[in-house]
Amino acid sequence: MTGPVLSVRDLRVRIGRQEIVHGISFDVAPEQTLGIVGESGSGKSMTALAATGLLDIPGAVASGSSALGAVDDSHPTELIGASRRALRNVHGGRIGFVFQDPGTSLNPLLTVERQITESLEAHRDMTRRQARQRAVELAEAVGLPDPATRLGSYPHQLSGGQRQRVMIAIALACDPELLIADEPTTALDVTTQAQIVDLVGDLRRDFGTAVVWISHDLGLIGQVADDVAVLAAGELVEQAPVLEVFDSPRHPYTRQLLAARPLIGGGDPRPAPADAPVLLSVDGLDVRFDVTSPAGATTTVHAVKGVSFEVRRGSTLGLVGESGSGKSTVAGALTGLVAPDAGSAALGGVDMLMVRGAAEKALRRRVSLVLQDPFSALDPRARIGAAIGEPLQVHRLCKGKRARADRVAELLDVVGLPADFASRYPHELSGGQRQRVNIARALAVEPELVILDEATASLDVSVQARVLELLADLQRELGLTYLFISHDLAVIEQMSHQVLVMRSGSAVEYRPAAELFAAPEHPYTRALLAAVPAAQPRSS
Amino acid sequence: MTDMPSGDNLRVSSWRLLLANPLTLASGVVLIAVAIAAGTARWIAPSGINDVDVPNALQPPSGAHWFGTDELGRDILSRVLVAMQASLQVSVVSVAFAVVVGVTVGVVAGYRGGWADIVFMRVVDVMFAFPVLLLALAIVAILGPGMTTTMLAIGIVFTPIFARVARASTLSVRTEPYVAVSRTMGTGHGFILSRHVLPNIAGPLIVQTSLSLAFAILSEAALSFLGLGIQPPHPSLGRMIFDSQGFVTLAWWMAVFPGAAIVVIVLAFNLLGDGLRDVLDPKQRTLAEARRNR
Repeated sequence: MTGPVLSVRDLRVRIGRQEIVHGISFDVAPEQTLGIVGESGSGKSMTALAATGLLDIPGAVASGSSALGAVDDSHPTELIGASRRALRNVHGGRIGFVFQDPGTSLNPLLTVERQITESLEAHRDMTRRQARQRAVELAEAVGLPDPATRLGSYPHQLSGGQRQRVMIAIALACDPELLIADEPTTALDVTTQAQIVDLVGDLRRDFGTAVVWISHDLGLIGQVADDVAVLAAGELVEQAPVLEVFDSPRHPYTRQLLAARPLIGGGDPRPAPADAPVLLSVDGLDVRFDVTSPAGATTTVHAVKGVSFEVRRGSTLGLVGESGSGKSTVAGALTGLVAPDAGSAALGGVDMLMVRGAAEKALRRRVSLVLQDPFSALDPRARIGAAIGEPLQVHRLCKGKRARADRVAELLDVVGLPADFASRYPHELSGGQRQRVNIARALAVEPELVILDEATASLDVSVQARVLELLADLQRELGLTYLFISHDLAVIEQMSHQVLVMRSGSAVEYRPAAELFAAPEHPYTRALLAAVPAAQPRSS
Repeated sequence: MTDMPSGDNLRVSSWRLLLANPLTLASGVVLIAVAIAAGTARWIAPSGINDVDVPNALQPPSGAHWFGTDELGRDILSRVLVAMQASLQVSVVSVAFAVVVGVTVGVVAGYRGGWADIVFMRVVDVMFAFPVLLLALAIVAILGPGMTTTMLAIGIVFTPIFARVARASTLSVRTEPYVAVSRTMGTGHGFILSRHVLPNIAGPLIVQTSLSLAFAILSEAALSFLGLGIQPPHPSLGRMIFDSQGFVTLAWWMAVFPGAAIVVIVLAFNLLGDGLRDVLDPKQRTLAEARRNR
């Protein structure tokens, strides 16, 4: 086979009267990985779905051409406009798919084995016994521990990384010519991501499969791709070998993407005021949850295990860890959302955990919380002005509607939004604008401590860069103290003066940021740092 | 450039989407017409509801009596108009009762949780265990027949439905991050309930209200048919159908016109409810928008 595995020409997708993808062309060479990179809304998933005939959105129409390479002298298979029957033979058989969320891509009611053998029996006419044999081989190939017994498990019994391995096994079951991986590691922790990247690289070599890897993360694309296609607003702005894209990006948008991504060693925060008083001190914080399974069995999750730290006024403590490490639970305990089992926390000498009544209300005014998802943190039925005005109203900080409206306009100005946004609804704003609104709301009460729980994690890199800059400016101007929670080490390094690394509820390393990044002591910190995609592509 | 709002040009207002559906539009128009006719029945009815005119009994529909006359020579059109007024009145008042009581119970149970939830919802479970009409019959039997009792009976029977819908929606809204953020700001429960919870659970409740109005009309007709609802001499659709039983072979119009009135009103409320569901339920909404864009 010498021609391209997939050849896409002038691909367009329109939904209703609006064109979402504007005439994209690219080739995927055999045994090569094409990385498609772009920010949210750039049309990268839409492009991949349309090119493989998997576009199933009401009212969406694809046009152009997408030809799946010829096998044994036959003609290439045109996928756009192909019949459902023809596509059924292609999907799973000649093209395998891996999607973002391994939690929802698997059928919760079927065993892993059944899900792997399904396509084998459908496309390869294998018997149960042959399919099972092949499933064991595949499970071994994707590095599922103890494959023979693991195959009998249900998806909920596996971890996120294991589920994604199963998805890859399903995708590769019929030895496809092409593997489409749409943000396959975005829902995974950074150490798990590194394992999946290695796995796909190995499999591509062993199985000779071409890969289309879609991601918003240019650093990750640098580790996996041979060629890179950069998409912006439904247009292909740049397509080149990976080294060229990193070393001499031609399009300004690519340069902007490269400049905006946070990198380890990319910068430190402005120095914190020396010998400032301690604002927040947490001692031996301990949180347990009772989790009741649908079957009725109750187990206790020890989410936070005796964590202690201090934050000085005007500085930032970075709280870093993977999912399930208990970092959000710490934020919940400090804001009264979660009841701790032991330990103490004091804000400028005032107890934070046991306060009730008027004292509690006074305390809530001194601490603000900004959450990860700018979409769900705003009431969809409340105007922006009402959202920012809520804390003002609750704490009676402004006399009358007029004064409140003025203060809301002032706060919007502080976060760099025009005053007329007050009359808009959240759905009329972009993700970055919404997160600015969340920050404005957090600042409304002039808090002493702002807890930022993954506040930039769901934003595009260019938006994230601007929001981080805003946060740093606000800290300098208003003397704010931050508890900055993130899974992203580069962002933590950029923002924090002190860093606390958490792993399954315990603090494993707690040191000044500069020291920690220069010479990580704990093996887990070192593993985290090693798993971050490097600044330069793998092949260089 | 790529940081675009999610509410892009594809999003249209709920009203426009609602009116773009011809069935919804038609049922809305029918309901408005029915409401006007029922509201002005006293003035537009061609003759009195109890004007007995025995020589003209059992007349088929004609220019003088559009819907014909019954066994006592009373004008059926006039009686249907006045009966529709009573039916609508009963259904609106009883559903309003059910909404107020049911939503209060459901929201408190869903938001507070704990013992309030357990107690309220077990009561609701018990009420659900009775067939709707049987429960209404029992209430009427205890309190005695009449229009007020009918309203109360239907209202009580429909309360658990609203309690369940309100509780389920409240449970999901309660765990939304924006409610958590409000709590961390020190916002009180009253503020959270009125500003965040109620507006966000309104959609399913509006749909349920529309569907319940249809069922309330049917329930009232059934109770009146059994002689337990609105009492003669005031006309009611159910009673008129009951009275027509002996004359089905002689005078089809006696049963058909009151029956048609029930069918039209119930169908219109149901179609309106479906249309509202398409627009107010986010999952259905995407489909409704896609249909419109096609």
